Amino acid sequence: MSVALHQHPRAHPVGEVLLSVENVSLSFGGVNALTDVSFDVREHEVRAIIGPNGAGKSSMLNVLNGVYHPQKGTIRLRGKSFHDMVSHEAAAMGIARTFQNIALFKGMTVLDNILTGRNLKMRSNFLQQALWWGPARREELVHRHAVEEVIDFLEIQHVRKTPVGRLPYGLQKRVELARALAAEPKILLLDEPMAGMNLEEKQDMCRFILDVNDHYGTTIVLIEHDMGVVMDISDRVVVLDYGRKIGDGTPEEIRGNQAVIDAYLGVTH
Amino acid sequence: MATRVGPSSALDTLDTFPKLLLHHAKARGDRPAIREKDLGIWQTWTWKRFADEVRALACGLAEQGLKRGDHLALVCDNRPRLYAMLCATQCLGAVPVALYQDSAAAEMTFPIQNAEITHALAEDQEQVDKLLEILPQCPKLRHIYYDDPRGMRHYKQPELMAYERLIELGRASFRRDPAFIEGEIAKGVADDPAAMFFTSGTTGVPKGVVLTHHALIDRSRAAAEFEGLTDRDVVLAYLPPAWIGQNIFSYAQPFVTGYCICCPESAETVMVDMREIGPSYYFAPPRVLENLLTQVSIRMEDAGAVKRWLYRVFMNLAQRVGGALLDGQSVGPLDRLLYAIGDFIIYAPLRNVLGMGRVRVAYTAGEAIGPDLFKFYRSIGINLKQLYGSTETSVFVCIQPNGQVKADTVGPAVPGVELKFTPQRELLIRSPGLFKEYYKNPQATLEAKDAEGWFRTGDAGYVDPDGHLKIIDRVKDVGALADGTLFAPKYLENKLKFFPYIQEAVAFGDKREEVCAFINIDMEAVGNWAERRNMPYSGYVDLATRDEVNELLRECVEKVNADLAQEPELANSQIHRFLTLHKALDADDEELTRTRKVRRGFIAEKYATLIDALYSGKESVHIEAKVRYEDGRTGSISADLKIRGAKTFPPAAAKKAA
Repeated sequence: MSVALHQHPRAHPVGEVLLSVENVSLSFGGVNALTDVSFDVREHEVRAIIGPNGAGKSSMLNVLNGVYHPQKGTIRLRGKSFHDMVSHEAAAMGIARTFQNIALFKGMTVLDNILTGRNLKMRSNFLQQALWWGPARREELVHRHAVEEVIDFLEIQHVRKTPVGRLPYGLQKRVELARALAAEPKILLLDEPMAGMNLEEKQDMCRFILDVNDHYGTTIVLIEHDMGVVMDISDRVVVLDYGRKIGDGTPEEIRGNQAVIDAYLGVTH
Repeated sequence: MATRVGPSSALDTLDTFPKLLLHHAKARGDRPAIREKDLGIWQTWTWKRFADEVRALACGLAEQGLKRGDHLALVCDNRPRLYAMLCATQCLGAVPVALYQDSAAAEMTFPIQNAEITHALAEDQEQVDKLLEILPQCPKLRHIYYDDPRGMRHYKQPELMAYERLIELGRASFRRDPAFIEGEIAKGVADDPAAMFFTSGTTGVPKGVVLTHHALIDRSRAAAEFEGLTDRDVVLAYLPPAWIGQNIFSYAQPFVTGYCICCPESAETVMVDMREIGPSYYFAPPRVLENLLTQVSIRMEDAGAVKRWLYRVFMNLAQRVGGALLDGQSVGPLDRLLYAIGDFIIYAPLRNVLGMGRVRVAYTAGEAIGPDLFKFYRSIGINLKQLYGSTETSVFVCIQPNGQVKADTVGPAVPGVELKFTPQRELLIRSPGLFKEYYKNPQATLEAKDAEGWFRTGDAGYVDPDGHLKIIDRVKDVGALADGTLFAPKYLENKLKFFPYIQEAVAFGDKREEVCAFINIDMEAVGNWAERRNMPYSGYVDLATRDEVNELLRECVEKVNADLAQEPELANSQIHRFLTLHKALDADDEELTRTRKVRRGFIAEKYATLIDALYSGKESVHIEAKVRYEDGRTGSISADLKIRGAKTFPPAAAKKAA
């Protein structure tokens, strides 16, 4: 697979540290899911978290997202630290995510699913919305427009009104990405966006992830199994193994890192 | 012809498309001209808006150096901007050349070099990339405009310019000198070339067919009058603009009558868009109609038992009386009543699902249509008719008139057209719609069109007692079996292709003892058939080589044989052996033309070993084949293809077996 990332100067060059994870430890009872993990994510970059099964990747994402609260350590967003952040607060701060096993409303149409991504941006109250009156109506037009732009961006016009449950897997993943994008996030967390996809779907997904990063300047943190994909599209990679960080750097550095090779990659090629 | 006194009187003659545009902008300025679905909502350009866009665009193109007689390539899907560019080019007396968007870059080289194209409109990054790739071979191509700016930010090539920028240039120029463009339009005359189309060419290199304003306008008007089209009609513009028919139905005819065309959002949304728009005038090649019917059949097979029963009962009724009702023939009162009930519960909803609820006139052409497929649409009340024509004749040669539709003919000649035949049964045509020439190819022009203006179609046929034209096959394809009886391969292939499970077929038999055939499965239909039988398969190759599938196909072939046995002239053409190909025949592999016609000679050469195997009586044959993907890369697949024999019928025993 060849998806060249930085052929051109980027519209949004990688900037300051946006999110930093400092000495985070997380345990469930006696199981240490994460032990003393530190890394940072810079603005506008594509940051991958990799590791073998059970390395703590999804736990890490859940910590960033406010689903889990680490027993030790700090997470700073733009230098401001957060304790016991809950997920809706994370969303309000501009963190959106997708899930490893798709979490969409299966019986709802693609359009309605993506519209739910705009939920936090809706200002009119329940009654106004129910009556579709005044500000609610104007607001809905704005949201529908935003959703249509995302639909256009991800090229899913043909399934706009199809219930999500009837779509093939690859498209459902794309709809989930669309919903996350509709929230206009600063940071997008993608939990195995390419799991279970065939080569063509993976290539499409890679292109969309890069397009999102390029077009909207969204900072992307992704977990992925497929090494080829990770090495092609990420700026920097964090490697976890048994809840500890064993590597951190550019894809080239990771390829040459002996600890990583031993734990995961096998031989360099 | 009117003498030209001054610009104003020249503009009133309405003998070119730009003049027609200005006329509509005045006569029906607020009526819709083009609609496009953008961000989920249909947006409308009125004729006035359309004319404004074209004026500005033409000024922009003039600023960029496009001159009378130059050629401009259009590599773009159906968008209002494509049609504006087309007309703007004509305003300046230059000639638009639409190219197929799905062509590989290398295929575009020939037309661009041949027509010495200097300007091009590309739809998006993908098309721009293709044009940039062949730029070194096409030094005359100096300007590439692009419609969709997505992904284009990093491109710094001096040849590139966004459509938006071009039209801005044009608007500024128009403000400086508003009279310029009307002067240019007034210079245009009926015999100027209006457009050039590269014929797909089942053999040899493509030829650029040059059509004048007069030819296109005359034929469009004749057909519009024949069908009584008005400015209230609506058309969905969904076929490739590089194809003459698309130009006729979505450009020439709307310019003549003032009706509105609608551009779908994308190729995948055509079905949905069609239902929303409800076109009143519709064209579909048989292939599209076949796909629609396949989809309907698949969905019906998945429906509940009661619905399936209702569908079967009423479709049988429709088969019996639907066509007769449409033709206005007499039908008994009971059948009329039943049909009315069927219309309420089955036919009308079905027409609605197909997006044909408001269709007044529908055409099909391009290839022969299976009689059962044709009857299906007519029986549910859709006025589907066949027409006959080609790029060289500005399409309209024959049209079936309302009420006189026969499945196996293409109707009588449209007013203005003369037909005659050579002793070899080849059809010759003389018509005001004939092409001017093949571009820079006087040799080919001379071969195709004689001094008296008769055009050799290459089709074999005859006129039946009612004056309707019947086409049998291409003259060069009609052959003879070793025993001297008639062999018309396309006739057999069409019969095979009517089965939903068979997507494509190629029959061989010229100068041979017996007929053999290649068959392509229809992935969707056979896949569905397999799934319902809980038959696992891993992909196309696996499915195509399965015994069960080949058994299914054998039944289809035998039904065709039984059919053929009843036609005395063709009874010897029954198919003795066949094999199922491991891959779908594809235009990317040059096996089909871009309009998806079988390239017989090429296939016979490429698969010579398979043909030998068919005739040598082997049980199976191993094949390793290269495939070319859409992006130009190649890969290879291999498979063991099984060869099946099929039962043939002596002419007398045919009835029983069928």
